[in-house]
Amino acid sequence: MVNAKHLNSTDKNNVTEMSTKNQNEVRIGLEVHVQLTSLKTKLFCGCSSDYKGKDPNSLVCPVCLGIPGALPVLNANSVDYAVMVALALNSKVSECMFFFRKNYYYPDMPKNFQISQYDQAGGVPLAVGGFLVIDVGTKRKKVRIGRVHLEEDPGRLVHQGAIDTSPYTLVDYNRSGIALLEIVTEPDLDSPKEARIFLQKLRSILEHLGIFAGRLEGSIRCDANISLTGGTRVEVKNISSFKEVERALSFEIMRQKNLVKKGLSVKHETRHWDESRRVTISLRMKEKEHDYRYFPEPDLVPITITEDFVENVKEKMPELPEARISRFVDAYGLPQYDAEVLVSDKALADFFECTVKLYDKPKEVSNWMMGDLLRNLNENNLVLTDCKITPEHLVEMIKLIEEGVISGKIGKRVLPEMVLTGKQPSLIIKEKGLVKISSRDALEGIVEQVFSEHPSCVEDALADENAVHFLVGQLMRATKGKADPQLANQLIHEKLESLKK
Amino acid sequence: MKKQHLSKKEVEHVAWLAHIELSDEEKTLFTEQFNEILEYFKKIDETNTQNVEPTYNVLDLTNVSRKDETKPSLPTKEALRNAPKKEKKFFKAPRIV
Ligand SMILES: [Zn+2]
Repeated sequence: MVNAKHLNSTDKNNVTEMSTKNQNEVRIGLEVHVQLTSLKTKLFCGCSSDYKGKDPNSLVCPVCLGIPGALPVLNANSVDYAVMVALALNSKVSECMFFFRKNYYYPDMPKNFQISQYDQAGGVPLAVGGFLVIDVGTKRKKVRIGRVHLEEDPGRLVHQGAIDTSPYTLVDYNRSGIALLEIVTEPDLDSPKEARIFLQKLRSILEHLGIFAGRLEGSIRCDANISLTGGTRVEVKNISSFKEVERALSFEIMRQKNLVKKGLSVKHETRHWDESRRVTISLRMKEKEHDYRYFPEPDLVPITITEDFVENVKEKMPELPEARISRFVDAYGLPQYDAEVLVSDKALADFFECTVKLYDKPKEVSNWMMGDLLRNLNENNLVLTDCKITPEHLVEMIKLIEEGVISGKIGKRVLPEMVLTGKQPSLIIKEKGLVKISSRDALEGIVEQVFSEHPSCVEDALADENAVHFLVGQLMRATKGKADPQLANQLIHEKLESLKK
Repeated sequence: MKKQHLSKKEVEHVAWLAHIELSDEEKTLFTEQFNEILEYFKKIDETNTQNVEPTYNVLDLTNVSRKDETKPSLPTKEALRNAPKKEKKFFKAPRIV
């Protein structure tokens, strides 16, 4: 693995360029839509952006309902945030940008157009170009960014059953007008896995910038362009999370490959990812780019972004994931791999740093987090921010092990309880009677019992040191892992010695 | 009739984009009317714009924005008042795809 310490974001060495392509490969480009969830209000009106879980059409006003005569006014903070993202993606921020109307007739947009930005017909989006470097196994890869622009989120459509058979559509405009950042990549991704890695890295960057909470449902969504080498491009819409992206892309690639195998051609079309049926379905949409009849939004004036403004944003930029990984390696002496895993999720990295402030053994903390904590989260399909476990509790548990109150093995049983219940480890130990048994008196009786239950194993152990482990294991089992491992070992050996005499 | 700027087929396409169904008479009528309008707008072509920068906004303003502060939204009942069809607190619309 390449050491990221020596690879800042503009370093091009060791990065695979996109020119070398084999035949029959997959090419994927993503159009990522990110909600700027840290904004308090929508992009063009003062309605609250905190719409998740709210009653339908409770956060709407004449502007986001598209009532004639209502005028949009840009949210000033959205430009700061968008410029931050552009800088983090090495994009060139435009000196002056415009908003354009994208015209289409679909009930998710009450105005019959979406206020967006455009890079043709004289349109200038917020930023163009740029790249993001991702790690795919041991390979570093540069994914080019086409453009970054601001637009408004459409409303939420509720269908009865599947989108293509629902008798009608219900519309909730609470989401209509939420500030979205669209990030478009070049078709540089070669597999669904790479797409997921790209999105994960992007999410970590956005979270570190403090503009976005990835744990909120629907806060990062994407459309994907997928083609086989030399084949037609298909657009897949409605990929609602980065967990879904691998699934949706794999399905679409398989569908295209099967068509080719049968000698059929892949149609140039837009398809919809149906999350519940796990298939892509044709939307039979005949709109072409020019059907959107983009034109400048007359109700919004141009926005100039001066060099001073950009410099000012640069100064406010928080630490980004790559820098943080390097710092974790340098300041805490963590292996590169640990640092990368922890920083891949901002919440995880924050938890780590809080814990290390309380308990200055970074590798020990990292081991517990990377091993038992992450495994537990994954097994229960949880994210750290939804759990009640705190850095204080983790530290308390590690100290209980250090002080010999519980064994490391018991720690592995305490931790899942901490994750699920948020209880203090000392309380869990008391409630479940998990305190380590480290008195001879308590263990000697159990040793007798193990020896009498396994006479043939005792024979073996007398002759072969390797067979002793079995007896120790039985003793641990009989005490449900609570026996002090060292003392258990010692007592078994003593007992064997006494038999030899 | 003067020069065709827009064909009947294009009118059909525009109607399809807008999800509007037109009768054959309407298509013929609108094609004529569109062409008359476009013919009239041709006058703009007579202007020499060779050294004129494109105007994206007629106002001589830039950077109009507001602070990120919430304002009260409409009560749901008020928001739905003009909706021809509604269900519970939702607007109701035909399926498009
Ligand atoms: Zn509003």
